[in-house]
Amino acid sequence: MTDIPPPSPSGTGFDWSSAEYREHVRKRRRSELWLRMAGIVSISLALGFLALMLVSLTVTGYKAFTQTHVTIDVPISAETVDAEDIFGSNWRRIIQGAVASQFPDLTGPALRAAGDILSDGAQFRVRDRVVADPSLIGTVVSFLVPVSDPFDQLNKGSIDRNTPESNRRVTDAQIAAFDTLVAQDRISTPFNWGMFTNADSRFPELAGLKGAFIGSFYLLLVCFAIALPVGIGAAIYLEEFAPKNRISDLIEVNINNLAAVPSVVFGLLALAVFLNWFGLTRGSPLVGGLTLALMSLPTIIIATRASLKAVPPSIREAALGVGASRQQVVFQHVLPLAMPGIMTGTIIAMAQAIGETAPLLLIGMNAFMTSAPSTPFDSATTLPTQIFIWADSPERGFVSRTSAAILVLLGILVMMNGMAIWLRRRFERKW
Amino acid sequence: MKSFHLTASVLAIAASASMAQAREQIRIVGSSTVFPYTQAVAEEFANQGGASPVVESTGTGGGMQIFCAGIGADYPDITGASRAMKKSEYELCAQNGVTDITEALIGYDGLAIAVSRASEIDWDLSLEQVYKALATKVPVDGTLVDNPYKMWSDIDASLPATAILAYGPPPTSGTRDAFVELAMQAGCEETDYAKKLEEAGDEAAYDKFVEEDCSRMRQDGLFVEAGENDNLIVQRLEADPTAVGIFGYSFLFENLDNLKDVKINGVEATQATIASFDYPISRPLFFYVKNAHRGVIPGLAEFIETYAAEEALGAGGYLEERGLVVLGEAELATLQDTLKNAVNMTAPEK
Repeated sequence: MTDIPPPSPSGTGFDWSSAEYREHVRKRRRSELWLRMAGIVSISLALGFLALMLVSLTVTGYKAFTQTHVTIDVPISAETVDAEDIFGSNWRRIIQGAVASQFPDLTGPALRAAGDILSDGAQFRVRDRVVADPSLIGTVVSFLVPVSDPFDQLNKGSIDRNTPESNRRVTDAQIAAFDTLVAQDRISTPFNWGMFTNADSRFPELAGLKGAFIGSFYLLLVCFAIALPVGIGAAIYLEEFAPKNRISDLIEVNINNLAAVPSVVFGLLALAVFLNWFGLTRGSPLVGGLTLALMSLPTIIIATRASLKAVPPSIREAALGVGASRQQVVFQHVLPLAMPGIMTGTIIAMAQAIGETAPLLLIGMNAFMTSAPSTPFDSATTLPTQIFIWADSPERGFVSRTSAAILVLLGILVMMNGMAIWLRRRFERKW
Repeated sequence: MKSFHLTASVLAIAASASMAQAREQIRIVGSSTVFPYTQAVAEEFANQGGASPVVESTGTGGGMQIFCAGIGADYPDITGASRAMKKSEYELCAQNGVTDITEALIGYDGLAIAVSRASEIDWDLSLEQVYKALATKVPVDGTLVDNPYKMWSDIDASLPATAILAYGPPPTSGTRDAFVELAMQAGCEETDYAKKLEEAGDEAAYDKFVEEDCSRMRQDGLFVEAGENDNLIVQRLEADPTAVGIFGYSFLFENLDNLKDVKINGVEATQATIASFDYPISRPLFFYVKNAHRGVIPGLAEFIETYAAEEALGAGGYLEERGLVVLGEAELATLQDTLKNAVNMTAPEK
């Protein structure tokens, strides 16, 4: 729409230099400037919120990417380790022995308090190493083991040494013991590989995302394997073969509506159908993948139809003209040309699926387990549900781990979306 | 239609594949309050070489629904509860063939009311004051009115002159149920209004007052439902020194450097006062075992043994380290006996 200035009062056409018209032009420019400013403000607001989120996540989460470790010499003597039953030996006592030789001056409760510096997982790490290599029996082995969460917090400065002793998780004596270890150069803070290689644990220092990674991977696999062929099949039929009539209109409207259904509804559906009716394993990536496949189908169908539509009719007509069948036209000409668009849509749907939480909570994918799933039929967690579990844990260490896990999830999402953009740029064809 | 057929056939294949597998892991559902303790035992059990149990936090009521749904590998073996099983739940279980259940009282949990350490006030409230600060309707001069109190000092001149602002759990949470029962209802029973109703012998009016009017938290924005996530409440308290928060004792225990306890009737929430019930807002914690699954689900008997072991539930055990208020020695011995012999519970009275 344009606003045509009123004719000049003099009746001789438009007098552009008159004060009246100059004022008019100024007004137009002003309103344009306003619009531009409003746009800039909106964008900076959106960017500001994004930056705020990233900064607050990084500030709370960066500490979780390192983990305080202690190097401790563990005497593995033939008396304490039963060579017949290495696994069943009293490893807790063996670790206590190692702590005792580390702090020869301490006895009784003071020694036990100093022993709390070591993570509870230390004994199992030592055990597994000796089980794998029984020749270690009779030697003193130096182990790098994580310290327990309160001491990790202490080392990272999250526990203030000036707070009164009764108000913090570590006592003055324990801090003294810890400082001795620091003075002996036994404390180090390497990169927290455990966060990627360990499964979940109730101890923050041992908890990792391995189970969630594998769970999310299986879930996406199932989701992809079902949603892609079904979605493309449905889109091809609707776009290339279906007669245009009321029924196909109805289907189209329904697919568009389905894309707007809140995800939690799919969770309820899955609970009723997959769990209660089919009796599939509660919390398995199979069920999660099926649920999210239902959720991603509309996105994939809509994206596929759009890319099929974008292939010019001349291609189809040319192929038909040289004697190709409808099926050959679709599979040999149209589909390959539409593939970049389809893949982009699919990746975006998968990225949506990997960040989905609500339906997974309903089908029990937020269970705690200390081992990663070995097949898609076992119970598992996914990245977002793992974040959900950690966010709800009372231990201080999980606060930073929650933020760190969110950063990892965001990283994966950025990678997937980046891939979608790259595919589009690389293979897109302009007609 | 094509897509439907495809999905259906894929589903059928998947279903037969997953059903063919017998379950090798123990499955546990139930209360979010018992969850961290069960988690700890599950990890210990897995470290001892058992198959890692699947522990899911569904809330007490939700857990009972799934637990009582039936017998067999599709249904969980154990459910945690932050209150005793109700009669209706027991009947639901019986209806679905779940008749042999062992009840295990594993310890106690306190509900803490806490403020930030930045607050300079030394808080000490009675349950009556808690009720008056947080209920929708309170009696003023003998009639029930919408809660007029905006400042703590409005309730009692001895209380600090700060605005009432409390963060607490939402109605779906077992913690909320426990808080309403143990703090709100107990608090309103102490009011003169309730005593007058009781003296008048008007039981219907008394019950209505306690069960309904006292059970509703105020909705005018001074009581804020902070979601199921107790960590959020902790963070909000740190940001606002005048606000009080309501959550499980374990969260106070983990954050003692930033939070301090609000005394109730002069009693501080500690493990000792909670176990002795001197601290008034404390409750028992349970888990329930489906005895029909013993010997069928591999490792279940061993898992229960790990749970009831001295190292776990005893004084100084790793569950106490996590904030559980543990049983006395004699109680623990009885519990171990009950669990070992799989003694069935009797039907609850209400």
